[in-house]
Amino acid sequence: MAVYKFKTPISEEDIRKLKVNDVLYVTGTIVTARDQAHRRALEFFKQGKPLPLNLEGLAVFHCGPVVSKEGDKWTAVAAGPTTSTRMDIFEDEFIKNFKVRVVIGKGGMGKKTTDAIAKYGAVYGAFTGGAAILAARAIKNVRGVEWLDLGTPEAMWIFEVEEFGPLAVAIDSHGNNIFTDVQKKVEEGKQRIYQKLGLTT
Amino acid sequence: MDIGKIVEDVAFNLLKQAVIYLPDDVKQALKKAYAEETSDTGKTQLKAILDNVELAEKYKAPVCQDTGTIIFYVKAGSEAKDLDKIENALINATRKATKEIPLRPNSVDPFTQKNSGDNTGRYIPFLHWEIVPGNSIELTAMTKGGGSENVCVTGMLVPGEGINGLKKFVIDAVIKAGAQPCPPTILGMAIGGGADISIKLAKKTLLKPLNESNPNPEIAKLERDIFEAANMTGIGPMGLGGKTTVLGVHVDYAFRHPASFPAAVAFNCWAARRASARINADGTIEYLTHKIK
Ligand code: SF4
Repeated sequence: MAVYKFKTPISEEDIRKLKVNDVLYVTGTIVTARDQAHRRALEFFKQGKPLPLNLEGLAVFHCGPVVSKEGDKWTAVAAGPTTSTRMDIFEDEFIKNFKVRVVIGKGGMGKKTTDAIAKYGAVYGAFTGGAAILAARAIKNVRGVEWLDLGTPEAMWIFEVEEFGPLAVAIDSHGNNIFTDVQKKVEEGKQRIYQKLGLTT
Repeated sequence: MDIGKIVEDVAFNLLKQAVIYLPDDVKQALKKAYAEETSDTGKTQLKAILDNVELAEKYKAPVCQDTGTIIFYVKAGSEAKDLDKIENALINATRKATKEIPLRPNSVDPFTQKNSGDNTGRYIPFLHWEIVPGNSIELTAMTKGGGSENVCVTGMLVPGEGINGLKKFVIDAVIKAGAQPCPPTILGMAIGGGADISIKLAKKTLLKPLNESNPNPEIAKLERDIFEAANMTGIGPMGLGGKTTVLGVHVDYAFRHPASFPAAVAFNCWAARRASARINADGTIEYLTHKIK
């Protein structure tokens, strides 16, 4: 288990150094995107429209933050991760088209995303579920917000962060996926648990 | 004495205590799990949880951004006055808490998909009533996270399989839930009564402190067995692997129909938010789970 601290934009070469179970801290720019923002970004790409911000080398964060506004200034009050599987239908295209290097969320992602992560060079970093204040404290500045018409949780928030993490590298660019490994081991160990409980199946 | 006003103030304080400060027993269990966890990745997750719990207290901010669905348990003394004022007071407290703490608006009309914006709506906040002897009112607030609610299960087991059927049911539920409920979780289980009764009892056991096992030694042993078995799964903190999958297990039961064996498992995430207080007949208030801050 190695600890890496990367600054955005992150290069493909750097991200490929990471292996599952490493810990990553990101400094620089991350953007939030949930279902709606993923959908819109991909529509923009299809129509040849540029995104409000070039995402190459940045991190995309599955998060609907709790934000507050004073005057013109937004602050992130709580910003924990949301369940990533909902973004599985978009993420491979998203990684391919926008060259984000880090996908941050909770709960893991499926085969399509795992393949895209390997192919285009990225990682999935699991941020501790519920650790909303830890995340919010690492957000030093809300640089902007796009697509606010989608509602605050679904909008694309642009955060400047310092040592955002710890992110557990759970899917790496070498085809490893901790979540599927754990699930497989759990399935394999099930009979042993039944036995311990005195069940005959 | 305006009972409505007192209940509203107390309920507001309870919501605030619950969402910001984790109960001591849960904090202790997380610390113990951190000390005992052998997976590095699992340890990192538990450390992040503990850091987050501390930051929430320091900045007086909700410990998780999902501040849950709001549920109140009311134990009303049969001689207490103005019980009809309680429901409204709890709704008002919920509105005020949503605005002032703030809480995330989590109450959506399932037909129109419209969010009420203030955590209230038809049957929400939900109230569980119990009439007890005496003249005081005991209030408990629970704010229940969505991720851990999504994996709760009820089932109609085969009576002939008895408790073994229950054991399998709960282990399968834990495995199926995997990373979803933000493990480590707390399991509330119940059998008997009926489908509605078992899940109601299961969820209610989540209000018990983790270090309080069932007074019946046989049931206490079942709690321990399930606890050990669930932690053998290897799901670990956040489903990233490790030996901390659950922090505690509570079991309750009701008598059952000879032909039925209803069972239920309610999950709570590590952000196990609950707070209680007693309002005495003279208007004095005792906070039972948190020191008022
Ligand atoms: S499951 Fe619990 S800890 Fe996880 S995000 Fe939901 S409320 Fe927070």
